[in-house]
Amino acid sequence: MSKPSFVYVTYIHATAEKVWDGITDPAMAAQYWGCHRNVSDWKAGSKWEHERTDQPGVVDIVGKVIESDRPRRLVMTWANPANAADPEKVSRVTIDVEPHKDNAVKVTVTHSELESDSDMLRGISKGWPVVLSALKSFLETGKSSLV
Amino acid sequence: MDKVFKALADETRRQLLDRLHADNGQTLGQLCAHLAMTRQAVTKHLVLLEEANLVVTVRRGREKLHYLNPVPINEIAERWIGKFERHRLQALSELKQKLESEDE
Repeated sequence: MSKPSFVYVTYIHATAEKVWDGITDPAMAAQYWGCHRNVSDWKAGSKWEHERTDQPGVVDIVGKVIESDRPRRLVMTWANPANAADPEKVSRVTIDVEPHKDNAVKVTVTHSELESDSDMLRGISKGWPVVLSALKSFLETGKSSLV
Repeated sequence: MDKVFKALADETRRQLLDRLHADNGQTLGQLCAHLAMTRQAVTKHLVLLEEANLVVTVRRGREKLHYLNPVPINEIAERWIGKFERHRLQALSELKQKLESEDE
């Protein structure tokens, strides 16, 4: 197992199912994920696409679903569509949702196999903290700071 | 949020976060190597950083790796920074970095 590049954690007062749906349901992601939604049937082996909500059909990230165990664990590959065929440029995202105390869940996003010093690495290291904060405020307050 | 401010209000703990920012996923031994402190003291600081969710740990075999988790800092930023200000503030901060590095 290679060493993960980044590990992001947030605690959210919501059910694990709500967190899962917040990430995988296009209609929910569209409400907080900075004008993007994630489209897939979320079955292992299926493709998934990170699509713009204001320009349907424009896809900024693509990948394959590797493991899908609602609501606990989602593993997927992650690449710029132009680089999706180059294994060096395909990274991997694991999202774990675990029960925590006080009716909260712990959400851990582990991003590994990122190409060092790449635009993708810089992009995701700015993006995940913003998206996870937005997911938290969206699920807890119904509002997002991004949309 | 109190825990985050408390954890950040210490030069050594900020240094530990800087070290993880430069090289994410380090063991306690690696983090200690560049600090003139005992392992026990570094461990105490790391516990406070973990309690504030600014550092998260991942087990890999026998190793425990420490990662910088900037999500709580972003949550603080979101409380006071509006969505339209974010880009302007980023531009200002980039300008400051650029001008200050030219002075050196």
